[in-house]
Amino acid sequence: MAELSGKDRLSAAFKKPGFVAYTVAGDPSVSESVLISKALIDGGCDVLELGVPFSDPVADGSVIQAADKRALDAGITTDGVFGVVKEIRKYSGVPIVFLVYLNIVFRRGFDRFYDEAKEAGVDGILIVDMPPEEAETALLASERTGIAQIFLVTQTTSDERLDMIVKMASGFIYLVSSLGVTGKRDDVSKEAFSLLKCVKAKTKIPVAVGFGVSEKRHAEEIIKEGADGVIVGSAIVSVIEKNLGNCEKICSELKNYVKSMKDAIISKN
Amino acid sequence: MSTKHGYYGGFGGRFVPETLMAALYELDSEYLRLKDDANFKSELNSYLSEYAGRETPLTFCKNMSEYCGCKVYLKREDLVHGGAHKLNNTLGQAILARAMGKKRLIAETGAGQHGVATAIAGAVLGLPVEVFMGEEDCERQKLNVFRMELMGAKVHPVSSGTKTLKDATNEALREWSKTVDYTHYLIGSVVGPHPFPEIVRDFQCVIGTETKEQCIKKEGRLPSALVACVGGGSNAIGMFYPMLNDDVRMIGVEAGGKSLAPGENGATLNTGSPGVLHGALSYLIQNEDGQVKETHSVSAGLDYPGVGPEHSMLHDMKRVEYAYAMDDEVLDAFSFLSRTEGIIPALESSHAISYVLKNRDEFEKDDIVVICLSGRGDKDVAQVSKMYGRDF
Repeated sequence: MAELSGKDRLSAAFKKPGFVAYTVAGDPSVSESVLISKALIDGGCDVLELGVPFSDPVADGSVIQAADKRALDAGITTDGVFGVVKEIRKYSGVPIVFLVYLNIVFRRGFDRFYDEAKEAGVDGILIVDMPPEEAETALLASERTGIAQIFLVTQTTSDERLDMIVKMASGFIYLVSSLGVTGKRDDVSKEAFSLLKCVKAKTKIPVAVGFGVSEKRHAEEIIKEGADGVIVGSAIVSVIEKNLGNCEKICSELKNYVKSMKDAIISKN
Repeated sequence: MSTKHGYYGGFGGRFVPETLMAALYELDSEYLRLKDDANFKSELNSYLSEYAGRETPLTFCKNMSEYCGCKVYLKREDLVHGGAHKLNNTLGQAILARAMGKKRLIAETGAGQHGVATAIAGAVLGLPVEVFMGEEDCERQKLNVFRMELMGAKVHPVSSGTKTLKDATNEALREWSKTVDYTHYLIGSVVGPHPFPEIVRDFQCVIGTETKEQCIKKEGRLPSALVACVGGGSNAIGMFYPMLNDDVRMIGVEAGGKSLAPGENGATLNTGSPGVLHGALSYLIQNEDGQVKETHSVSAGLDYPGVGPEHSMLHDMKRVEYAYAMDDEVLDAFSFLSRTEGIIPALESSHAISYVLKNRDEFEKDDIVVICLSGRGDKDVAQVSKMYGRDF
């Protein structure tokens, strides 16, 4: 049987509603971020989303900005990020996606970046600051390597552009629950749910909801409203930030956190 | 050359997170609708003439001309209200924002000149203004912070990253994505995603258009050379653009800083490579992985790792020469113009002065060299006096 592509593996991950756990590759150090990733996997995440650190992360709130900075200060490089993926791959086959800013990919060259990502074991790539209008080169690389090309949809995405995005997207669609940047919010907005219905009506590609999601009740509500997945980033990175220097505590807290979020998701399925 | 919408040759584009795309489309179509609208143009022109003090003089510099052995003129953007060319753009964008129904302006600022110009435009047009400014710049330019506050603007110190213009711009983009439905991001230079580089260029073209007319009137011919400093590059593109198709030599002068080594300058076109920052593909000071590096310049307004995408195109097609001036040469030029002409130039504009002083042998006796004096140096007096060991 032919080897499954990243796109296939991601689709399979959302057969049942799934939990996507985000952490920054190399935060707070390369070796600790590998341990943290393993803890997220042990807790039961269905997809691991690795943030590729960038000096100017304009879509991120203060928590993830600080994580990017810790990782860069600790010396992470693009090679180092691929190294983190390879280490995780020795441990688990859980689908891995990158959340990356365009300049990192551009600088390395799309083809080389996607080839190296595939070789390391990456299944999907979301380039945060690359709208579909500018995606031609990335889509060619995605097509060639089988790595899923993930796109954001937001409350400000027009119907016309939503059609364009669902046509280009593969793996899953990342639905941004609110305006603004990543970071905790009290509630998931009503607008997010009407957008969710709108996207689900247009495509069979799984839809996962993120930005501002942190609590079990958020996850329950999101799944109840028909999403295929829940994405949590800043809440996970906050645990790292609060327990710097105590990797064991970070890992045990995160493992329990993922387990509880996963239980909430399963309960609503 | 690529003719893709929103591109300048291979540079430009719209590289922003999805949340901001709708706002860029809205701005693009509203600007196209309004830019040739008679009411819009007459309102802007009346603010430019009655409020900002246009047209600005083209001043013949007798003493500097004698020293340089050519005819040196200064385009006096230092005499625009607020002390720099920045108001040409902020008035235009503020009127545009109001016409679009936006309720609030946000802006990034480095030295504070663009923040001040936005505060001015917001105050006179009745729009609240919030300015993002690096913590380090707030400290270096305390007086500009106070000026903005006097005019009713709220200044947010930015403590992330390098605590300077680059991170102030990141923070303004973040704030815009939170409040995009009612806020206009009034960007201060010909940088950022399309259509910003075009809008800012169009509003700054008044510099070159006036210069062209004034020079023909005074000298009966076009300038031989135009010289302007380049950080993001708004005063330079405003000066160059109306004469791009004429036989006029053009020189942009970047910040050479302390040296051309990484981290010691802001000479993006001289030391950088293509990359994507703040929504556009352009030359960028970055490392091999694409991480954006710290810059340095004696002038805060040129302390920026990027440059406008149209400059990247003009650089690659060799239409414009991009030189650089070192910090110490810039300080010499600052003193020179003050002493010989009684005009204290901004440290940014002193880069352009420095180029002409240093390369005066390139110019013939009859050559007309126009330097864009983009701003006045009052804002820099405290900093320079400190460097000379006199702290007030």
